Amino acid sequence: MPVDIDIAKVARLARLALSPEKLAEYDSQLQDILEHAERVGALPTEGVPPTSHPLPMTNAFRPDEVKASLDRDEVLEQAPERAGEYFRVPRILGES
Amino acid sequence: MSDLADLTVSEAASSIRRGEATSLEITNAVIARAGVTESHLHAYLTFDQDAARAAAQAADAALAAGDDGGLFHGIPIALKDNMTTRGTETTAGSKILSGYVPPYNATVVRRLQDRHAVILGKTNLDEFAMGSSTENSAYGPTRNPWDTDRVPGGSSGGSAAAVAVGSALAALGSDTGGSIRQPASLCGIVGVKPTYGLVSRYGLIAFASSLDQIGPFARTVGDTAALLEVIVGHDIHDATSYRGDVPPISTALETGVAGMRIGVVKELSGEGIDDEVAAACRAMYEKLAAAGAEVTEVSLPASETALSAYYLIAPAEASANLARFDGVRYGLRVDGDTTEEMMARTRAEGFGPEVARRILLGTYALSAGYYDAFYGQAQKVRTLVRRDFAAAYEKVDVLVSPTSPTTAFPIGERTADPLSMYYADVCTIASNLAGDPSGSIPIALDSAALPIGFQIMAPALHEEQLFRVAAEVERLAEFRQRPELATSEVRPA
Amino acid sequence: MSGWEAVIGIETHVELQTESKMFCGCPVRFGAEPNTTVCPVCLGLPGALPVPNEEAIERILRIGAAFECTLVEGSLFHRKNYFYPDLPKNYQITQYDLPFCIDGHLDIEADGEEVRVGITRVHMEEDTGKSIHGSETGRIHDAEYSLLDFNRSGVPLVEIVSEPDIRTPEQARAYAAELQRVVRSLGVSDARLEEGSVRFDANISVRRAGDDFGTRAEVKNMNSLRSLQRAIAYEIDRQIALIESGSEVVQETRHWDEGSGKTSSMRSKEESEDYRYFQEPDLVPLHVDQTWRDRVFAGLPELPAVRRHRIAATGVDRQAAAVMVEAGDLADLFDEAVSLGSEARTVGNWLSGDVVAYLRRNETTLADTHLQAEHLQELAVMVGEGALSSTAAKDVLARVLAGEGSPRAIAEQHDLLQISDTGALEAEVEAVLADNPDVLAKLQSGDLKPIGFLVGQVMRATGGKADPKVVSELIRNKATAG
Ligand SMILES: [Zn+2]
Repeated sequence: MPVDIDIAKVARLARLALSPEKLAEYDSQLQDILEHAERVGALPTEGVPPTSHPLPMTNAFRPDEVKASLDRDEVLEQAPERAGEYFRVPRILGES
Repeated sequence: MSDLADLTVSEAASSIRRGEATSLEITNAVIARAGVTESHLHAYLTFDQDAARAAAQAADAALAAGDDGGLFHGIPIALKDNMTTRGTETTAGSKILSGYVPPYNATVVRRLQDRHAVILGKTNLDEFAMGSSTENSAYGPTRNPWDTDRVPGGSSGGSAAAVAVGSALAALGSDTGGSIRQPASLCGIVGVKPTYGLVSRYGLIAFASSLDQIGPFARTVGDTAALLEVIVGHDIHDATSYRGDVPPISTALETGVAGMRIGVVKELSGEGIDDEVAAACRAMYEKLAAAGAEVTEVSLPASETALSAYYLIAPAEASANLARFDGVRYGLRVDGDTTEEMMARTRAEGFGPEVARRILLGTYALSAGYYDAFYGQAQKVRTLVRRDFAAAYEKVDVLVSPTSPTTAFPIGERTADPLSMYYADVCTIASNLAGDPSGSIPIALDSAALPIGFQIMAPALHEEQLFRVAAEVERLAEFRQRPELATSEVRPA
Repeated sequence: MSGWEAVIGIETHVELQTESKMFCGCPVRFGAEPNTTVCPVCLGLPGALPVPNEEAIERILRIGAAFECTLVEGSLFHRKNYFYPDLPKNYQITQYDLPFCIDGHLDIEADGEEVRVGITRVHMEEDTGKSIHGSETGRIHDAEYSLLDFNRSGVPLVEIVSEPDIRTPEQARAYAAELQRVVRSLGVSDARLEEGSVRFDANISVRRAGDDFGTRAEVKNMNSLRSLQRAIAYEIDRQIALIESGSEVVQETRHWDEGSGKTSSMRSKEESEDYRYFQEPDLVPLHVDQTWRDRVFAGLPELPAVRRHRIAATGVDRQAAAVMVEAGDLADLFDEAVSLGSEARTVGNWLSGDVVAYLRRNETTLADTHLQAEHLQELAVMVGEGALSSTAAKDVLARVLAGEGSPRAIAEQHDLLQISDTGALEAEVEAVLADNPDVLAKLQSGDLKPIGFLVGQVMRATGGKADPKVVSELIRNKATAG
């Protein structure tokens, strides 16, 4: 069964600027993979709970204690673009 | 063998304590070995000789001063380049992290340094650990030491190749769907994926958080168990880290398998498994039976769907884990007029095709309207896989199978067909979904002189049983061959 | 706007003032140097992992309990995926279908009536960093570039979602104000709008009475309670005008501009957001068992509404009680003084009137003054004994606030004590009566009007220190006895 994929929308959601040729290529590969992946629907899973996590653990916390932060220069040194004490980016279109 | 680079870790540790060799001498021998093999293999992305020598000297001095860090004190080891090392470039095999120097150490790195282990460098991998051949590295493939026209497996191919050839005495890798066990198998060494949560993931560049686990490579079962013992234990920085007492690991290496119940996984013994691989494994089942184990066949019905579930769950988690690579705070940036454009260009340029493919796949599997059919359903299959294992472990103590359906395949053979590459993980993936420990032990060479690996799976936190059987398999297999590259004299590249 | 009804729901974000951030050990500190309270976790560096702050979880449960929510036994963290440069991981750790607290309510009073506003859910998430837009105007649309500061990234943020039970801008304001009081009373956050430690977004729609819900718009960027009220009033009018002119309300997010007093549409997104929520695999599920839930409820302080009622019941007027409870520390001092035996009404009036005025005038806080419950008690006793006039008491109180000492010492030092000893005043009264025989005669004939004149004469003779009540009594006795 062919899978319905709006590859351009998926690429936008994933923030990947791909050429139309690349998109077409990924589209067809994803079709193949997803057709295979659809096998997950073949097993009877009525009433089966999902597993998100392999270990049955709960409540892993840390105490409310302050630990050392990083040195600002060491952090900003890795920035592709910095402006003084800040990271700098080009203008932002949408507002969150 | 007189070359110090060919010592096992326990031999090297004894030599150091007997005063026959220093850490510096062993480290120099390993550096010399890398000098020969690297041009053939490209196992390392970063190899810092000076830092390694300095660490070795410090280890020698510490030991002389009575500060003994244990078995790995002064032992030169390698780290897969998806573990962050403060001050040393860490790329995860991706162009998007080219030049990135982390300001902190992964927990495993700190634990190794606390024990005075000598870190040689960072090994090659499939970009962000996504792949089964190490061909997906942005920095070029690693080659198999047994046949340099073939892949070493992946994604921890660099670590496996380095240990196989002696350019490290042991190494750490990470395993999300088989990324330690499959390269161990293809390179003829021992590799173990521990129980999920036993080793801290803090500082491991995430691929799929609910599946990723760091584990050891070495040339012997004993060394592998010993390295695992160095890195296990609860870590406050990892909320998924196991909080109970560390289970026993190397306490039953000499016990043998008499009276143990060993289950052969039915679904992984016939179809899709290379004949020579299947035959070698069958021979080992018989030897185990002869050694006193009760060997029976066990079925894991959901395991055939495990691969499909895995290729939905892992990409889904990855699509979020890799969202942080956006050209804002570190790594590559490709300019754009707006931040949105800059991010999208950076990511398109910075990620290789396999990573982009999985990000798209994962994004799709989580998106509105498809979540239930894909991601949600895959998580239910994950439950079924766990139930299969639980039922199997009612009847047997451990499960066994081949590690990889084939021995090492030629470079380039599967890169054009993602599905055929994904199939390389068919034997290993179920353990990741279940969170159980699993390891690969070399048992034989096939007719092309390529290693065959034997997989042992155990219930969660039962590493002791896994290593108990592994040690017996090691004794029964008497696998002592080394790749020619490790035993030959210095050859020009 | 007759025949129209507004339907308003409010989403509140409260930053918790824990010591450390939600998922890392960086300090929660307002006004730190840019990018100094950051670490691998809150910067989203490769390999970093979140670990929840137990105190933050304790606090969100306290908030939920204060709204009488059900504290959910098994809850989860999810990832909400969207790209934005101030969100380091490009996903936010938040809660989705299993939040910590559900189904609560908050009772408010507005326009003279009591309204119960339902609380749909209270969930935990992490705050984002801050972007500063580089342009002449500072507005995002004109910016050439933006600067990022991640100090706020990862600060624990509690989102409180109300039911659309609010009908007027006044109710919305009352809801927001009461919510702030509750949060402050719990000691989990100072909930200050100006510093952004509390933020209110309003979902507004209008409908003709009896109709179904209309299309709603979300209004953001209100930085005071007054602007919240104004923005909602504006948006209601705008929507009604739109519909009455034959247009339609568009579902969108609108930005409140304080200067122009208008809301305007924010750049709309090309497609509806698809956040691809999924369970956060770096965190394990949360289990809040019965013992924990009971402990949270048992540990709640007296909530503002209850406290206002209790204080008003002691005889303090409702407005004074509200003022003290609003401030919190005033009500604490009130309770302490009353527990020492002070007369509630007197102390309540001082605290809500004189003390508040003093604090405002001197731009100071109660904690920075020297006022103690013992002072109030002493002062109240002195007034009760007649040793101090109520006017003198106010003077003494101001001096206590300024740190001059205890009331009695101040009153003595400044010669403010009044004479209420009948023996001491008798001679003065006799003298005044002797000097005014015609006035005395009037009194004796039953005309009590001139009594005030005589009291005034005695006050003058004593330099204002006589207790007028005692004097008046003495004169009256003399007149009738005579
Ligand atoms: Zn931090």
